[in-house]
Amino acid sequence: MNAVPPAAVKAAARRLHFYYGSVAALQDVSIEFPARRVTALIGPSGCGKSTFIRCLNRMNDLIPRTRVTGELWLDGENIYAAGVDVVDLRSRIGMVFQKPNPFPKSIFENVAYGLRVNGRKGREFIRRRVEESLRKAALWEEVKDRLDASALSLSGGQQQRLCIARALAVEPEMLLMDEPCSALDPIGTQKIEDLIVELKTTYTIIIVTHNMQQASRVSDLTAFFYLGRLIEAAETAQLFSRPRQQQTEDYLTGRFG
Amino acid sequence: MNREGGMPDAMLTAAGGPASAGRCRTVADAAARRLRRRRRLQAAAFGVLRATAAANVAALVLVIAFILYHGAAVVGWEFLSRPPTHSMTRGGILPCIVGTLLLAVGAILTAFPVGLAAAVYLNEFARPGRFLRLVRLGISNLAGVPSVIFGLFGMAFFVIYLKFGVSLLSGALTLAAMSLPIIIGASEEALKAVPNQYREASLALGATRLQTVFRAVLPVALPGILTGGILGVSRAAGETAPIMFTAAVFYTPGLPASVFDELMALPYHIYVLATAGTEIAQTRPLQYGTALVLIALVLGLNLAAVLYRSHLRRRSA
Repeated sequence: MNAVPPAAVKAAARRLHFYYGSVAALQDVSIEFPARRVTALIGPSGCGKSTFIRCLNRMNDLIPRTRVTGELWLDGENIYAAGVDVVDLRSRIGMVFQKPNPFPKSIFENVAYGLRVNGRKGREFIRRRVEESLRKAALWEEVKDRLDASALSLSGGQQQRLCIARALAVEPEMLLMDEPCSALDPIGTQKIEDLIVELKTTYTIIIVTHNMQQASRVSDLTAFFYLGRLIEAAETAQLFSRPRQQQTEDYLTGRFG
Repeated sequence: MNREGGMPDAMLTAAGGPASAGRCRTVADAAARRLRRRRRLQAAAFGVLRATAAANVAALVLVIAFILYHGAAVVGWEFLSRPPTHSMTRGGILPCIVGTLLLAVGAILTAFPVGLAAAVYLNEFARPGRFLRLVRLGISNLAGVPSVIFGLFGMAFFVIYLKFGVSLLSGALTLAAMSLPIIIGASEEALKAVPNQYREASLALGATRLQTVFRAVLPVALPGILTGGILGVSRAAGETAPIMFTAAVFYTPGLPASVFDELMALPYHIYVLATAGTEIAQTRPLQYGTALVLIALVLGLNLAAVLYRSHLRRRSA
């Protein structure tokens, strides 16, 4: 069980347990995330999927009285091992949250934020990286003439793409998305989904979603969580058409959740 | 309550039973009466609430009007720009204005960084637990300590023990100590009001906790913190007790030349004129004039704080 996962696997959980106090939010989760693929995590509210992706960049460290056991590998490194630098880890993993959360700063400064805190210097370098990131997030054309405007003046969908640009600016290897479209209208959702499909050529993406159509549209693999356990993980097409577990089928057909 | 009307009658009527047209009217009348009674009760309750709100404003207006009425006549350029003369029965209050301003500025300069640092530590870095609860309890109790106790503490600690003497420094530090709990409280409130999503976004981008506080949290919280800080100090600057043993003197001819000089201050000057002068009746207009200047100064500081906050809010929105 202690072997390093193969190179094509970007991240992997092995017998991961997570506790809030004495409540187990994740139990015995083992899963592998192939590089440059989109993996969707689905399941009813409270099933542990958000908790799981927040383990991957150790955002759960911020919550008091939580405990983790098991292993979580990123590129041959167990990120819960002693001596792992959490700050460095987080700069290698981008995260997009449920609600668009740009800082109350200018559009430019939002994207430059990650570069500045990571100590990257040089006006021209930062300017170019901001432009690249906004282009990758398909937002450049809409904001290039008002980079100094407040990020809060953008629409919800634009704000979410700005948050994606902000995450991409630090050149992460992996992108975690926690229900990134739940606060957006159908047009905003469509743009983010197109973006995800485009970004997977460079990044390993894990997306939590409540929307099963979304999972089937954007993901290569889908993992179904229920009551803190990983019930089934498979190729998306296969999981949706021929689920192996009864619970998965019940959930997909709307019998619960 | 339900002598007439009520369910049984209504049901009879609805069922088209033996209820006559007259009965029907009684039911409708009862409902209308109940409605009128509820309306009257609501009008009365709103009246009481409106009156209490008005009473609050009236108290403030009354105090200011009273002081204006008695003091406005003496307040002029002479009064504001000259020191007292003729055993304080004539002349102005320039040294007192300067003294109070210096004390306020000194208190802000010392209390603000300390209070802000404490609030940031308590709200952003300290692990919740018994120690944190104890510190919070201490701070909220400090806010309830009477100002004269702060004055005595300032005299014992700054004036005597640290040998600062009766001076601007001792007074400013005493006022700072007194406004600390208010500044910490206001800063903590402002920090708590910063949505957690900003902290999460910053940390997820690889910022350290310190960077997160300075770059993502403080800029958002600053308007509230600054306002709280100024309000805290302006409250303290109007107090007599903290400075009467530590900084203010009955009379001193010049303005303080160093932080170790004693000074005159508005609140203490009012106290002196009203109690210790030789000609209390003669100085009465001067007392009101001084009170007017003090109130104007404190309200002016508060107004400046509020305006500055709304300016910062507009800029960041």
